Amino acid sequence: MPSFSRIFLGLFCLLVAILLLAPTLVVIPMSFNGNKSLAFPPVGFSWQWYENFFSNPDWTTSFSNSLIVALIVAVVATVIGTLAAFGVTRAAARTGGLLRALLITPMVVPGVVLAIGIYAVYLDTHLVGTVTGFVLAHTMLAIPFVLIAVQASLEVFDRRLETAASSLGAGRLTVFRTVTLPLILPGVLSGALFAFITSFDEIIVALFITSPYLKTLPVQIYSSITRDADPTVAAVGTLLFIATSLIIIAGLLLGMRRGRT
Amino acid sequence: MTATHDEGLRVAAVRSAFLSRFRPRGAVWLAAPAVLVLLVVLAYPLGIVVWRSFTDPTVGVDNYVWFFQSAVNRTVLQRTFVVAAWVTLVSLICAYPYAYAMTIVGKNVRLALILCVLVPFWLSGVVRTLAWVILLQDSGVINSILRGLGLSPVKLIRTLPGVVIGMTQVLLPFMILPIYSVMKGIDTRLLQAARSLGAKPWKAFLQIYVPLSLPGVYAGAIIVFILSLGFYITPALLGGPRSILLSSLVQNQVLSLLNWGRGGAMGVVLLVATFVLLALAAPLMRQKHASSRREA
Repeated sequence: MPSFSRIFLGLFCLLVAILLLAPTLVVIPMSFNGNKSLAFPPVGFSWQWYENFFSNPDWTTSFSNSLIVALIVAVVATVIGTLAAFGVTRAAARTGGLLRALLITPMVVPGVVLAIGIYAVYLDTHLVGTVTGFVLAHTMLAIPFVLIAVQASLEVFDRRLETAASSLGAGRLTVFRTVTLPLILPGVLSGALFAFITSFDEIIVALFITSPYLKTLPVQIYSSITRDADPTVAAVGTLLFIATSLIIIAGLLLGMRRGRT
Repeated sequence: MTATHDEGLRVAAVRSAFLSRFRPRGAVWLAAPAVLVLLVVLAYPLGIVVWRSFTDPTVGVDNYVWFFQSAVNRTVLQRTFVVAAWVTLVSLICAYPYAYAMTIVGKNVRLALILCVLVPFWLSGVVRTLAWVILLQDSGVINSILRGLGLSPVKLIRTLPGVVIGMTQVLLPFMILPIYSVMKGIDTRLLQAARSLGAKPWKAFLQIYVPLSLPGVYAGAIIVFILSLGFYITPALLGGPRSILLSSLVQNQVLSLLNWGRGGAMGVVLLVATFVLLALAAPLMRQKHASSRREA
């Protein structure tokens, strides 16, 4: 009997795995569609949607906009979030807990409510459709992810190492640069990656604060989906999927090498 | 030489005592930039939403009276909660056995199962919703399979079940991961003990294992439910006029009708619902911390 329930469990997990992977499995073949249609299965084979992505200015400018915004957000949110992680971990337990709860609220506030509020503020301050506006909003959304990633590293970090370094005469900045930072670097880097992805993939706030002059990639994808059945979206999705996979595999390999030495 | 060294040590000791005494108060200030960003781009905008809901166009609670008196709004509000409940339930049914399987399989299979949970994140959120349009549409993958099996096709796109399926796929990892992280820490020798004392395997599982895994279930369920309440893109693309959720209604009031007061009132209702749920769930989350501390 236990073997029967094991088979049942295995089949069930297979179904859940298919559910999880189905979108990816559909998007990749669709990106090579020979026709301008989103009917499945795709007919024929062509690279035209990839060509379209790289040649059509709508796609290339929105891609570079997203890249610029996300890179700035990754830097700014990582610095601010890492500082905050130090504040949360090293403050008195109660204050730290409160501060942490406060700083992760962006994760639970419904996106649309936040978006209309930010839109209202940006209309008054002429920040709609500006890089500054995007960076500010996305930094706020990314801070919780950096905070959580860095805090995880700080919690396993042995503070006696800092005491040892400072007892040997190192100043606080030197201690941070030569002892603390190298040891929490994996957390900081994964925080930066999360911040980048949060900004690069953000759509709800972006839909409100976008303008014809400054569109990010998700906004371009969204308007393409709502306008017509253009498989270029599938090509973009596939390219992003491959890029993310490469970054994550590189990160894993780097982590493994680190772990070995 | 030794004298200066000693002196150096003494100075360092005094300094580190000084630092450790004063650092708690000083450390909090490191979070100041983050708090500032939150004040400017989170608290202030939300404040404006609340302010406008009470003042635009007239001062008072008119917008809220309008919201709760309109049958359409009440239907949409109710539907938003029903969809969130369905998504939570379906995610839980999918996630619980999956997370359990993750704890009992070998290393390689576990890696494969974890990858299946994480890979969806590598696909852009909007593109993932497009994929569900492709899968669910009338001539889509699911209906082709149904037709191939000789069954009649089902209308999925622009219906509530379609929205629930799409949202469940997006939110499933948020259910699987917390449940798995709690199950990982459960001591399976407790099950063996129960069985050796004569309990049937299923009884041991239900009476020992399930209660121990509940903190993870609570954490996953509350995250999925709250995120579902605020979902916007998936319902907007997969849903039809009969499956509009509250977020779309807010967007419509503000962007199409330029009615900030009414849109704001709806937003505040959504916001209050979210935080009331979080406050209600907080004790359950705390229980999780307490139990993990007991294990450690």
